[in-house]
Amino acid sequence: MADVDAASLRAIVARHGPAVSFLDRDAALCMRELACGTSLGGCVPALAGRSVLLATASQLTSALALIELQGLARRIVILPPDADPTHLAAVIAAAGVDAAVIDEGTPAHRAFDGLALVACSPLIAPLIDALPPSVPTEWMMLTSGTTGVPKMVRHDLGTLRSALVAPSPADGADVWGTFYDIRRYGGLQIYPRAVCGGASLVLSSAGEAIADHLARLAAHGVTHLSGTPSQWRRALMMVPAIEAIAPRYVRLSGEIADQAVLDSLRAAFADAIIGHAYASTEAGVAFDVNDGLAGFPADYVGVVRNGVAMKIVDGTLRIRSSGAAKAYVGGEPLVDDAGFVDTGDMVEWYGERFHFAGRRGGIINVGGLKVHPEEIEAVINRHPSVRMSLVQGRQNPVTGSIVVADVVLKGEGLIAEKSPHQIALKDDILKLCRETLPRHKVPAAISFVPALKVAATGKLVRRQ
Amino acid sequence: MSIKLTIMEQMEQIAREHGKILAPLKEDLVLADCGLDSLGFAVLVARLEDRLGVDPFSSAEEAVFPVTLGEFVKVYEHGRR
Repeated sequence: MADVDAASLRAIVARHGPAVSFLDRDAALCMRELACGTSLGGCVPALAGRSVLLATASQLTSALALIELQGLARRIVILPPDADPTHLAAVIAAAGVDAAVIDEGTPAHRAFDGLALVACSPLIAPLIDALPPSVPTEWMMLTSGTTGVPKMVRHDLGTLRSALVAPSPADGADVWGTFYDIRRYGGLQIYPRAVCGGASLVLSSAGEAIADHLARLAAHGVTHLSGTPSQWRRALMMVPAIEAIAPRYVRLSGEIADQAVLDSLRAAFADAIIGHAYASTEAGVAFDVNDGLAGFPADYVGVVRNGVAMKIVDGTLRIRSSGAAKAYVGGEPLVDDAGFVDTGDMVEWYGERFHFAGRRGGIINVGGLKVHPEEIEAVINRHPSVRMSLVQGRQNPVTGSIVVADVVLKGEGLIAEKSPHQIALKDDILKLCRETLPRHKVPAAISFVPALKVAATGKLVRRQ
Repeated sequence: MSIKLTIMEQMEQIAREHGKILAPLKEDLVLADCGLDSLGFAVLVARLEDRLGVDPFSSAEEAVFPVTLGEFVKVYEHGRR
């Protein structure tokens, strides 16, 4: 794959059938139209060799522009849809950006002053200019840090394409969808595979409701669908919209896939391959697990599989992968001396598998005892009435912190506060926790809530 | 239900959940001898915050250290005013 970072996606989509398209709420665009067409007006030569900020408002125009910029630009800096505009100037400076691709929805910003601005439009025009020779293109992604200026990690088409070891699409017949935005790592694991593999890609539109997105996925006959466990739990609540889709391949990544969500998806999609992947913006994709069980086999550690090596240091997963990002921009080292990325994800070994315990930074300290909220959520989510849950620490004068849980129930509507049914259900969930967990991990209080906040990254929002 | 009754009910409930034997709940019962350990008290304070809407220990300007059950109840009765 030595030449893949300079590969032309135009040449690849030129070989696709006419049905292979990008589909959003408002438009369906045949990918191969870009073989000798352009979404960038007459400005293709102006972007040659540049460091280009991809700042379109819609996913569709980003999907089009990425095909044109690969092999043309020296660097593509991919701006996530909810990027904080106050960080724009810092991102532009750090990445040496000298041009930006925008669309009609991109808000004007002072940080764009002095950049060559090129408008991207879903109306494909004939490509008149001769294309310059292909150059290697870096794909810069912003990590989803919660505070401060986001870090940028450097990938290329090669590391991104290596990102999926899952079933390969057959030309023309497959329709891929994702609850992620393709401008985040979760979505960028899907985009190059769909484009290179000849699958159509259904994109969500800005502000689109989940039920409407699901209805479009059903209408287009989605065959491969990916999202975080939180996004899947939310989708599973969208009855009847969820019943209208029948994907052959269901993929989860970005958060811990617990047994409850895997079992719920198995019940919903009896014939599908249901896989959960471990991936991070920095480390790339480490592995896919397709046996329907949470965690991963213990023998994945200590050997090199599919070019990925894993080790456990201080209970934390470390990964060395050919799909790993090349570096942080700014020179901060991304890997240790042996080339391993510290993922910050803690694992525990029981039986023949490793199970994810939670984030190193998310530990709750209950009177000196460490608690991973994710471990407790996995137990609560096993209760047959529970759809999803969020465990957090609450300040406590005796133990410093104590564990409390917010719980979303399956089915519609909330149960009346303090009704006998509600009290019985809380008791039953607590009973399950007490039977399974040590005392300090049992929530002191459970609240039933109608929904939990899921961030634009697809991950459950945890208070910092 | 009075604050005192709420507190006593919760202490009994938590003792049951934690498999502890509670001493007879009287005004002059020394909390350290009541049968709940520190985790039991931590859960008690959290549950009372949900039921009474206040955690008088975290919100007090001065640290308060009740020794007996009667003093513990008073802290909550003051906290609610």
